[in-house]
Amino acid sequence: MGMAAAEWKFHVLAVDDSLVDRKLIERLLQKSSCQVTTVDSGYKALEFLGLRQGIESNDTTALSLSPQEANLIITDYCMPGMTGYDLLKKLKESSALKNIPVVIMSSENVPARISRCLEEGAEEFFLKPVRLADLNKLKPHMMKTKLKNQKLEEIETPSDDENGTVAAVEPEIKDSVEMEIIKMLPLQSETEPKRVLLQVVQQEEQMLSNNKRKSMEQGLSTDRPRPSLEGIATAV
Amino acid sequence: MLGLGVDRLQADINRLLTSLFHQGVLDEQFLQLQQLQDETSPTFVYDVINIYFDESEKLLRSLRLLLMDREFSDYKKIGLHLNQLVGSSSSIGARRVRNVCVAFRSASELNNRPGCLRGLEIVEHEYHYLKNMMHELFQLEQQRLLAAGVRYPM
Repeated sequence: MGMAAAEWKFHVLAVDDSLVDRKLIERLLQKSSCQVTTVDSGYKALEFLGLRQGIESNDTTALSLSPQEANLIITDYCMPGMTGYDLLKKLKESSALKNIPVVIMSSENVPARISRCLEEGAEEFFLKPVRLADLNKLKPHMMKTKLKNQKLEEIETPSDDENGTVAAVEPEIKDSVEMEIIKMLPLQSETEPKRVLLQVVQQEEQMLSNNKRKSMEQGLSTDRPRPSLEGIATAV
Repeated sequence: MLGLGVDRLQADINRLLTSLFHQGVLDEQFLQLQQLQDETSPTFVYDVINIYFDESEKLLRSLRLLLMDREFSDYKKIGLHLNQLVGSSSSIGARRVRNVCVAFRSASELNNRPGCLRGLEIVEHEYHYLKNMMHELFQLEQQRLLAAGVRYPM
């Protein structure tokens, strides 16, 4: 297909039953150079992503003919009908959608709620009202997806002076990380103090790919203490 | 003369905002809203605040209807409405409205009907005060835009 890199924007699906909050999160994400789609319920979110209602999400035929793509899903926790937690669970149960990073937002600071969401596979938990600075935590995800897209592009359209082997592509990506990070700098909000983004983002990306992904799949965590799951009566 | 008009209006706007912050009517979340406004979204604050007004008034009307009903008993519904009000007020930086909604919500959790009626009165009062202040702010900003726009007198 050879889609030009300049056209692609990180696409976020935002889910919130409050119109005020939808407007806010949409603007925050646009300001962070994302493409945004907002929906007002978990059901509409699943519909958007292509999961038809009433069909088991593990069913490979569950995706409708035209699922829309999202690179990240950010959802409110407290919603009528399907909560953000319910939506998170459904997404993680779906073989097609489980790899999309999910972020939960909530106006209430309830530690049990936060751990439950993170254990279920949420990448981040934001306390409302969400600020521009909070969205900086999404940058590692944006970087990863951008690099992945670039990699796919390079595999699809190898340049003439290459040997033609896929292995030759990888060192090139590594060197272009620096370039990509510099391109990402404008995403910082003006009020944020300038920092050494290069090191921080590289570290975060490293940590993300090494620790979080593996530990998420294994159901363990290396970056924060988690309570043992044995013998807990789930009153939540 | 025109330049002075803009400066004076800007000073009035700043004075009004400072006063609202000091009174605790608004908090720093309101500043966040202003930061999100730019050339690509030049009326963002105005748009969001108007959505907030529409939503809030629907909720307040509903709350009044519920409590005015002599056979009222649905405290849970009151709680749900108030959760929405607390959330949206917090999102736009309307600190005082948010706080009085929280107090109202506590009364509803105790199934305290007179407490709820009093709570509603206070929320309505604070809400209307905020609305009036926002209207004044928008008027001043509108005037300032006009004053800034007239560069070459005929």
